[in-house]
Amino acid sequence: MMAIGRQNLESVACPDCDLLQHIPELAPGAKARCARCGHVLATQSADPLDRPLALTLAAAIAFIVANTASLMDLSAVGRFASTTIPHGAYEMWMQGQRITAVVVAFCAVIAPGAYILFMLTVLIAVRRPPAPHWVGELLRWSNSMQPWSMGEVLILGIMVSLIKIAELASVGVGYGMYAVGALVVLLAAISITFDPREVWRRVEWADGRVPSDERSGR
Amino acid sequence: MTTTPLTAADAGLVSCENCSLLSRPAGADVHGHCPRCGGALEQRHHHSIQYTWALVIAAAICYIPANVLPVLTTNALGSSESDTILGGVMLLYNTGSWPLALIVLVASVMVPLGKLIALSYLLISVQRGSIKNTHDRTRLYRLVEFIGRWSMLDVFVDTFTVALIQLQPLMSVEPGPGVLFFAAVVVLTMIASETFDPRLIWDTSNVRQGHHG
Repeated sequence: MMAIGRQNLESVACPDCDLLQHIPELAPGAKARCARCGHVLATQSADPLDRPLALTLAAAIAFIVANTASLMDLSAVGRFASTTIPHGAYEMWMQGQRITAVVVAFCAVIAPGAYILFMLTVLIAVRRPPAPHWVGELLRWSNSMQPWSMGEVLILGIMVSLIKIAELASVGVGYGMYAVGALVVLLAAISITFDPREVWRRVEWADGRVPSDERSGR
Repeated sequence: MTTTPLTAADAGLVSCENCSLLSRPAGADVHGHCPRCGGALEQRHHHSIQYTWALVIAAAICYIPANVLPVLTTNALGSSESDTILGGVMLLYNTGSWPLALIVLVASVMVPLGKLIALSYLLISVQRGSIKNTHDRTRLYRLVEFIGRWSMLDVFVDTFTVALIQLQPLMSVEPGPGVLFFAAVVVLTMIASETFDPRLIWDTSNVRQGHHG
């Protein structure tokens, strides 16, 4: 566990062009790009586990508020209505657009929720290495949820519909909207501060090896 | 410079797409699973070109009803009016919010079309074994991956418009069949950009450089 310089010189193939190369030891905040195609291979975070954990806990709270509190409300001719994110998907389902309702529920609720839940589990589990190998499995699932978690698109969509409806009736912004805004910022901050390489160094291998073997054995 | 860049494939190694561990495949055809994370290993995405073409063609077919069929129907005091995506853009423009009209136009009409054209171009250039513009094509691929999700914008706009305006019998908004096709275009093109393997862009240039260099 001593010769850090040599251990950390990990070799990788660029996921975009397959070029083999070594990732040099990086200063905190530094990035390593592929020598051929420029893909960002690694980012060295100053605090790759604790900071993302704090951010993920905050994101979990924002997520709960975003999905339960009212996004916007409307009052017209003495009538009052308000909506939440799950209510949006539910209304689409009730109006006969079931597949669209499922797509909306998945991209707006299930994918971000699953991402936060998986990340939270991974970040807590790796605090005491070696973490069991199912932690690696969960990290893989959270990676596959990421492209489908569309918080930033969702908030723009809500704002556009708000402005459209404002032409017809008087509308107000609810707490849910602010929570979605906070969620977008927190999710972006998690992906900036989190370094998956740090997790892989602490997780037991699927074939049963413990991570310290790997580091000295190579 | 006569040295050919050495790729993982040249070295007989396979890189795990999930945890980026390099390992030696179990056999020539069967690559097995990553010893570290347990994910399935693939030198290149399985049948990348065929799958991506199938998804691009399916998305191109859905793109037509997505733009022709109405996405929203507004019922107000006995009269009803249907709007397509472009109709919705015009409505935003006419009510004076042209920046919003522009955002929706770009996200809903231009981005999906641009993605279909870009993916087709990438597929054709890989199939023809092009060695030109490898950097630009990789950048184009990353752009497609990055902007794809923004097309979902109109689906969310329609969802929340429908959810909020249910003031029966005065006024109500119903989703139209166009929304389904539009969501299908977004989902299919997002899957297509995941099945496309950007390493194929570089593979032919490796071979050519190797032979001539």
